[in-house]
Amino acid sequence: MADIAGKLVRISGPMIAADGMLGVAMGEMVKVGKLGLMGEVIRIDGETAYAQVYEDTSGMFLGEPVVAQGAPLSIELGPGLLGQTYDGIQRPLIDLQKTSGDFIDRGLSADPLDYTKKWAFTPKAAVGQEVTGGDYLGSVPETEYLDHNIMVPPGVSGKIKTIVGTGEYTVQETIATLEDGTELTMTHKWPVKLPRPFKKKLPMNQPFITGQRVLDMLFPIALGGSAIVPGGFGTGKTVVEQQISKFCNADIIVYVGCGERGNEMADVLDEFPKLRDPKTGGPLMNRMILVVNTSNMPVAAREASVYTGITLGEYYRDQGYSVAMMADSTSRWAEALREISSRLEEMPGEEGYPTYLSTRTAEFYERAGRVDCIGTITKGDEGRRGSLTLVGAVSPPGGDFSEPVTQNSMRVAGGFWALDAKLAYSRHYPAINWNMSYSLYLNDLDSWFRENAPAGWMENRQKAVDLLQRDTELQEIVQLVGPDALQEHERLVLEMARMVKETFLQQNAFSDDDAYSSLDKTGHLIEALMLFYAECESALSAGVTLESILSHPIREEVSRLRELNPEGFVEKKEKVVQEMKAALQGLVEKAA
Amino acid sequence: MAESGLLQKEYWDLTYITGPLVFLKNGGRFPTGAILNLTMENGEVRQGQVLEVTTDHAVVQVLQGTVGIDIKGTAVSLKNEGARIACSKDVIGRVFNGIGQPIDGLAPIVAEEERSILGAAINPVSRNKPNDFIETGISVIDGFNTLVRGQKLPVFSGAGLPANELANMIVQQAQVRGEDEDFVVVFAAMGLTSREADYFTRSFEEGGQGQRVVAFMNKADDPVIERLFAPRSALTIAEYLAFDKDYQVLVILTDMTSYCEALRQISSAREEIPGRRGYPGYMYTDLSTIYERAGRIHGKKGSVTQIPILTMPDDDITHPIPDLTGYITEGQIVLGRSLHRQNVFPPVDLLPCLSRLMNNGIGEGRTTAWHREWSNQLYASYARGRDVRKLMAIVGEDALTPMDKNYLNFTVSFETNMVGQGFTRRTIEETFDIGWKLMGLLPKTELTRISRETVDEFYQETKPEDFK
Ligand SMILES: Nc1ncnc2c1ncn2[C@@H]1O[C@H](COP(=O)(O)OP(=O)(O)OP(=O)(O)O)[C@@H](O)[C@H]1O
Ligand SMILES: [Mg+2]
Repeated sequence: MADIAGKLVRISGPMIAADGMLGVAMGEMVKVGKLGLMGEVIRIDGETAYAQVYEDTSGMFLGEPVVAQGAPLSIELGPGLLGQTYDGIQRPLIDLQKTSGDFIDRGLSADPLDYTKKWAFTPKAAVGQEVTGGDYLGSVPETEYLDHNIMVPPGVSGKIKTIVGTGEYTVQETIATLEDGTELTMTHKWPVKLPRPFKKKLPMNQPFITGQRVLDMLFPIALGGSAIVPGGFGTGKTVVEQQISKFCNADIIVYVGCGERGNEMADVLDEFPKLRDPKTGGPLMNRMILVVNTSNMPVAAREASVYTGITLGEYYRDQGYSVAMMADSTSRWAEALREISSRLEEMPGEEGYPTYLSTRTAEFYERAGRVDCIGTITKGDEGRRGSLTLVGAVSPPGGDFSEPVTQNSMRVAGGFWALDAKLAYSRHYPAINWNMSYSLYLNDLDSWFRENAPAGWMENRQKAVDLLQRDTELQEIVQLVGPDALQEHERLVLEMARMVKETFLQQNAFSDDDAYSSLDKTGHLIEALMLFYAECESALSAGVTLESILSHPIREEVSRLRELNPEGFVEKKEKVVQEMKAALQGLVEKAA
Repeated sequence: MAESGLLQKEYWDLTYITGPLVFLKNGGRFPTGAILNLTMENGEVRQGQVLEVTTDHAVVQVLQGTVGIDIKGTAVSLKNEGARIACSKDVIGRVFNGIGQPIDGLAPIVAEEERSILGAAINPVSRNKPNDFIETGISVIDGFNTLVRGQKLPVFSGAGLPANELANMIVQQAQVRGEDEDFVVVFAAMGLTSREADYFTRSFEEGGQGQRVVAFMNKADDPVIERLFAPRSALTIAEYLAFDKDYQVLVILTDMTSYCEALRQISSAREEIPGRRGYPGYMYTDLSTIYERAGRIHGKKGSVTQIPILTMPDDDITHPIPDLTGYITEGQIVLGRSLHRQNVFPPVDLLPCLSRLMNNGIGEGRTTAWHREWSNQLYASYARGRDVRKLMAIVGEDALTPMDKNYLNFTVSFETNMVGQGFTRRTIEETFDIGWKLMGLLPKTELTRISRETVDEFYQETKPEDFK
């Protein structure tokens, strides 16, 4: 194919147009101008191609060259991804720093993977074997705790003609050839906007455990599910995503900082390498890939970053791992779409967003799931299963959820974890509003929790939900007539609900012992609170006054259960429960 | 800004003038971002910046406005390929206009280096986590919304609220404990009234900061488009002083609301599809290229700390200007009108305030081990008291429970004693003491946000009378 090369005829912020581009394809990469800035074709009008450019276009002249690259935006997949920090188009930030210093220059390129590093490869396929996309050729230990399976790329199949033996190879060396001459290395490229194939989607019946009580107990989502975290500025979206990254039960985390702050990334880069992976005990960074395109980095690369992230996630899913992708914030991605769309002078939809916002959002969330992975099924092996769980932050203007990005995402995500500015203002963290939030996975997860979580999980959950519901109703009355007008039993509801909020729903991310709550701690803590509630109810009925219950020191004792480390929690809780029962018994006796 | 040495060719091809924009017929001659000279018939020279180029036209925003420009008699030539500013240590103590030309009557700056005012994004992996506690001497900041070096912490104000006084107090009092480092204030004024501008100039002089300030002044009657340049000029100098010359730089940007209005004006002249309330859809991105220019860098001694000030139109925190700012900055200090009416100074409405980097700057070895718990407890109690106060307005004081009344007392004392410190400077220890004293108004068993040992050590019951 002859090189398609044209000339710039228009420059408008991140959007350019070039003439003489006949033959270039939608979505194809182009190199723009003398600096060779990367761009993506987003409209074709006869010989004129319009492209969004991943870097700042200022200083360019009309007439500068635009050269088609022959392929859409693709990333390179292979060992060495874990622990990396990439920009939105998979350039390792550390390499950009080496070439351009502390400030990012334009027109830089960098290899996504280390081409010189040798990996210890162990073959898992043999000469003469028929293989298809997804089949393992072998594996390398990517980290101390995780084997990276080298797969035949999707869409490739044939009979193995040669394969290397156990040994050390770089990612660019040929490790196998097929009869038809295809050479396979440890890496392959994949276009980010194309979902990677799988055999079929599976029902989701295992929970995505986050270590956050309010989520795990009230609004759990499934492995392979998706949730959105909408909330105004400063309500705690980023903290939720970071806490989940630290403590969740996925094997691998892809964290996409899409149009957010540089210092937050500095924070992650500083903190995560020091943290231990709760599953393996290894450094947390070893199970993470960061994709970072801060707000002041080019807007088009921001649009690409979420696709880069999700493609990385799918790649590990295809190896049978459970992957969680955090996208902070999907609103910035939508705004990037809007900005480019308005430069193209497309007819705007709601609030200026392009009319295809809803389809793009749906397509994106559909890339989550629990799947049967591609690859040959052999006898006695039912095949690999992997999952990709997606948690997307949404930043609605003015904190108003009726805006298009929140609404479109709500339609496709199964979990809705709504952050509430009022809760955040009173330092109730995580500021997840228990009335507005929901999970559509509850029924599917019911039996898992009954079989695997501490006894009484679902029953205590229901009691807590009822209590909070009753509290909401009573609060409305209080707002009209004051708390004095309520019966003692009703005032008890208010007090107990307050205790559930403060002791159970709140969880300080900066607390050493409470930042993470194991399923055991979560289950037993709610049990203790519901027991306390029941005991107080009986005490009230037996003639004890509410005042004497509230002023009894045991109340503080129960509240402070939260501060205990999950380690050894259950025993300590039992002790407090015994004391609590005795204390209330004492009150009853005194009242009689 | 230095003139390009080459003799530039002149063109007479203006075709269209609208608002602050002029259109040139031949777009291909200049690169985007270029700075042009527009020479009018009477000899007056204005500057324009190329925003967009196509084969049939170029769109140029005129920094000093288009009034008086005519199509026939205005010559256009290239001045510079982009907006640049002269960097040198000598800028300290000087006053410039928004585009970096001296307006203090002194000699032009001899540039050690010229830099594009657009700047470039700091590579996230180069960023060093900000964690040096800055003691501002203001309780609501130090105790509850701690500022650290390299942070961007805006003040959300309302018309007539004393944001400038608060900012000035920070400038006068801020210090990192135990350090006496080279410290510079870079001040960018956008659309400030003469009264406000004089207030700052005078305060800097009286406070002895005069020789440590670099000022970029764009007053209310100065060209509107220069407002778009002032913060970028200021931040380019700030980055130069911080990362090349090791200074600790505090940047005050005021008023960002005027900046955003200038941005809106350009956008509507370009007939762009307006976003919320007429502000352009790219305002988030545009603001981020200002606010993100704060921080610290690995291996560098200096830092850029930003305190942008903005006026919330109608005191509305959901207005796009404070909203988009809050989505980019690392917290916010919000002023409240009702406290101001009660003569509380600084009238900071604590609940919507936040410092996201607080945790990095506090704790053992920085302030004290229990700082966060102390702050969380006071915050939670104050929030509860505010709810009680609202409830009381509806149902009357008699309908409240005894506990509610405790919280009410606490809240009233909190506002007068903690928030309303007046123009004095408080050390962080003084702030802590006041906090403990206030907590004494509540029963000890209520303080469940603080570990039991700490409560046992510091709690002492107090009565409202103790605060007289
Ligand atoms: N679970 C938590 N525990 C303690 N503090 C929290 C918690 N969640 C949030 N916070 C506090 O709230 C602040 C703001 O949270 P965060 O940065 O996550 O907000 P955000 O919703 O991501 O805001 P933005 O949209 O502006 O990015 C944090 O810096 C922290 O101080
Ligand atoms: Mg955030």
